[in-house]
Amino acid sequence: MSNEYLFRRVKIKTKTGLEIEGTVLPRYALFSNEYLTIKLDNGYNIGIKKDNIVHIEEAERPPKREVVIYKLDEEAATKSSKTTKIILTGGTIASKIDYETGGVTPILTASELLEAIPELREITDIELESPMSIFSEEMTPHDWKRIAEIVAKELLSNPDRGLIIAHGTDTMGYTSAALSFALQNLPSPVALVGAQRSSDRPSSDSAFNLLAASLYATSNIGEVSVVMHGTISDTYALAHRGTRVRKMHTSRRDAFQSINSLPIAKILPYEKKIVLLRKDIKETKQEGFEAKTNFSDKVALIKFYPGMSSDVIDFLVDKGYRGIVIEGTGLGHVSLRLLNSIKRAVEQEAIVTMTSQCIFGTINMNVYSTGRKLLEAGVLPSADMLPETAFVKLSWLLGNYNDIDVVKKLYVTNLVGEIENRRTISAFPRWYHGG
Amino acid sequence: MEDENYYQKIGLKVGLEVHQQLDVGRKLFCNCPVTPQGDNAVLSSFERRLRPTRSELGEIDIAAYFEWKRGRKYIYQSSENTSCLVEADEEPPHPINIEAVRVGLAFAHSVGSTPVDELHVMRKIVIDGSNTTGFQRTALLSIGGSIELSNGKKIRISTICVEEDSSKKLGEEDNNVIYDLERLGVPLLEISTQPDINTPEEAVETALTIGLMLRLTGKAKRGIGSVRQDLNISVRGGTKVEVKGVQELELLPLVIENEARRQLKLLEIKELLLQRGLKKEDIALNFVDITDVLSKTDSKVVKKLLSKENAVALAICVPKMRGLLGMEIQPGKRFGTELSDYAKFWGGVKGIIHSDELPGYGLSINDVRAIYEKLKCSEEDAFIVIIDEERKAREGLRAVVDRLKMAFDGVPPETRAAMPDGTTRFMRPLPGSARMYPETDIPPLVITSELLSSAKQLAPPTLKEAIQLLVSEYNLNEELAKELLFDENYALFMDIAKLLGKGSYLKTVAWMLVQLRKALKREGFQVENITKEQYVSLSQKIYEEKITKEGVEEVIKYLCNNPSLSVDEVMDKLGLKPLDMEAINAIIKKIIEENAKIVEEKGEKAFGIIMGKAMEMLRGRAQGKIVSELVRRNINEYLSAKKG
Repeated sequence: MSNEYLFRRVKIKTKTGLEIEGTVLPRYALFSNEYLTIKLDNGYNIGIKKDNIVHIEEAERPPKREVVIYKLDEEAATKSSKTTKIILTGGTIASKIDYETGGVTPILTASELLEAIPELREITDIELESPMSIFSEEMTPHDWKRIAEIVAKELLSNPDRGLIIAHGTDTMGYTSAALSFALQNLPSPVALVGAQRSSDRPSSDSAFNLLAASLYATSNIGEVSVVMHGTISDTYALAHRGTRVRKMHTSRRDAFQSINSLPIAKILPYEKKIVLLRKDIKETKQEGFEAKTNFSDKVALIKFYPGMSSDVIDFLVDKGYRGIVIEGTGLGHVSLRLLNSIKRAVEQEAIVTMTSQCIFGTINMNVYSTGRKLLEAGVLPSADMLPETAFVKLSWLLGNYNDIDVVKKLYVTNLVGEIENRRTISAFPRWYHGG
Repeated sequence: MEDENYYQKIGLKVGLEVHQQLDVGRKLFCNCPVTPQGDNAVLSSFERRLRPTRSELGEIDIAAYFEWKRGRKYIYQSSENTSCLVEADEEPPHPINIEAVRVGLAFAHSVGSTPVDELHVMRKIVIDGSNTTGFQRTALLSIGGSIELSNGKKIRISTICVEEDSSKKLGEEDNNVIYDLERLGVPLLEISTQPDINTPEEAVETALTIGLMLRLTGKAKRGIGSVRQDLNISVRGGTKVEVKGVQELELLPLVIENEARRQLKLLEIKELLLQRGLKKEDIALNFVDITDVLSKTDSKVVKKLLSKENAVALAICVPKMRGLLGMEIQPGKRFGTELSDYAKFWGGVKGIIHSDELPGYGLSINDVRAIYEKLKCSEEDAFIVIIDEERKAREGLRAVVDRLKMAFDGVPPETRAAMPDGTTRFMRPLPGSARMYPETDIPPLVITSELLSSAKQLAPPTLKEAIQLLVSEYNLNEELAKELLFDENYALFMDIAKLLGKGSYLKTVAWMLVQLRKALKREGFQVENITKEQYVSLSQKIYEEKITKEGVEEVIKYLCNNPSLSVDEVMDKLGLKPLDMEAINAIIKKIIEENAKIVEEKGEKAFGIIMGKAMEMLRGRAQGKIVSELVRRNINEYLSAKKG
């Protein structure tokens, strides 16, 4: 019944006594198909149970309303002479609502985007490319490679043009780390940006973040950064170093934070201002751009938990994994029950590294005997690298270097700001404790 | 005022939207309490901007567009006792509060409104900042039904919706609007009627009846702001105008009267425009900069406005409109006010100056002549001046011209706000239905038969049924029952009856809660000071017959001035302490001696008379049961002593 009336205007009478007129809308895939969704003239959707319907007939459509179209960019803003390339990888940084179906369709052209966010024009002209549409959680090291190659190609052909990569937020931190390693000595800035509130709502953070990202992309900062809300207010965004950033909240606008480290810059989109927050920021370079875009997909990131069996490690080794990043406890420990399996992994030329599930602080495997035994077994300590960054780094090293000793040496060396040897007191959130 | 057929003659049609907050424990889409609890609140504040979203036709809400263009900032203040990440739009909404749905279905049942089979939560775009999301979540629960007025007329219900309340506006400063998040997300039931209401009196009765039925569900939130009425008002030849935010029922008739009058006046202006041979095209946007003329005046107002940075005085001449701008269309508000409201809304200017209010603002006749000359206006023309930054002044005048053109169609469709003086004022253009789209974060809720039958248990009785129930079950007379039903203390009465059980004492409790309270309030006593606990405690005393009606009155009067005391403490102070057995016995003995003759004549049958006299003395200080026992014993003793 539903299909034959889809998008048609119908009159319905039900056993329960409803008499309504409205348009039949498609049902979302996961909704029960025992119901019809009807959009009434007052704009409300309601569900009518199919076996409650005693009469249904097609009705005449009311005359189309006269629609006044207001364009946000009615008044031409001052145009910027700069250009930025925006690469959409998935998610909807900007989208349009279809009021008829309630569905959201992504904006895929530059003109549509400029029309939705006309203030962009004052910062930069844009070009848009949409090479893939992948949910954050579906991203793989293979996709990092694809994105890195697209960015590399762009930077080689247009070295003066900054890039913005729109990305789903869940794994944006991984991709930003991947690009940080894969693309070094950048001739132009690369910003990753996303939205924690979908762009179909007036309170979406996407326009704000995109404006901030475009300020970043038109700066002379030669680093890969994640640019997102700095607080829950619409006042400033933060640019976080790609290897230092982690999504720390499931839903807040300011979910992205630099861990054990300071962000690169504070960006005020309404004032069109960038305030640098660190002294060691790399500037864009005319020479020396390097792209190593391979990633091994034989690296695993596993979290140690009490009672964990050594089977987990044995399984990975047997499956031919070349790298295992462990999120251990505290300063970098796992149960000594795993020691033999770890030794076996190392003997079979797998690289086993240690990070901490504490997230904050650094690994130090010299303090307790367990740590020393693990070091002895060949486990590489990851200093204060984020577990996710350590995983990406090992995947990248194993994808681009064949000599295992080189991989080991580079792993424990800071390459692009992923390891810092100094942690200050203030680089730790002070949780609210009620008193 | 007008004759009784006045509203029939003008073809008044009113639809009512009643918004009632529900006290169902938690908010509609999160776990925050509906009623604030605790006081060690963490206060936080954050600021946002909202952007208009668009349909696939490129259509966006015009008002939303202008709010955004003005660069409005919204500052939210929140206490962590009453709001969480959901209100801050930092966490997705939780599933809908099923209790609110149940109460809604209960109400629907009682007015014969048919529930939908599946509830879909929608987002209604509202970008004045009152919702952090930029939309209000709302769901249509049921369609149709009606309520009956005392004259037998039926007012049809169009829809019943359950929706979230918005934030309370605390203030506005320059381009910043400040909101409090406490109210955001409180469940509301919205009952909309068809425009079947034809007089202000019918509107009041409709609102009262709906309000009462809502209260009878026992889940209506009480207190200031817990119920708000919106109105759709039109007169014959006019247009539907939405009037928002009538909080006090007493204001309802005046708002309707004033709005009807405004529409009639606008229709009159339309006629006058035609009589004067004017057409829409005659109203043109020809700005003339008259800064030089005005800078020569002595007017302080003008000087102050012109002293603002980059301020200019722009003016337009409006042909043949002299006298029309000064026409009063609402008490104290002229047609010029309508133009001014548009200029303020679209242009963000402080206001306008028009020729019908001049000389004034310190501008002399000569100044006015100079303006006429500069504009090359003739005597029968009017002019409008705006003093502000050039861009704002232009936008303002553009809006004035738009509004003047609308005058040729009579009444523009608008959303207006009800003012405390009973007039209405322009808020924004009437929103279209296109501003509604599904809340994708909340799956539809199937209205199951279990849900429906549990809702029926909650369904409020009709007015007649409710009165009958109070008469038969709670020993009240009809008059007191009716008064109690419409009273704010109704729920408290039911709580007391539940706590202490039914009985004839409830008559006194109802009297205390309703009639005595009102009477004392009229006399100027601060009865608001009496707490629920104090009323319960007094009811306990009434139940135990430890206090008389007079005693109750004395205690309440005393409590009004000393609200921190307990009922017991006040009774002590007023000497309303219960007597011990010996004292009671002594009083009864004395009564019998004083009435020895009657006792001797009637014997045991004198009980009734003696008992009556004893209670007169002892009511409030001794329990009836004990008194009757002692009276009986003392009569017998007296009689046997006589015999002996």
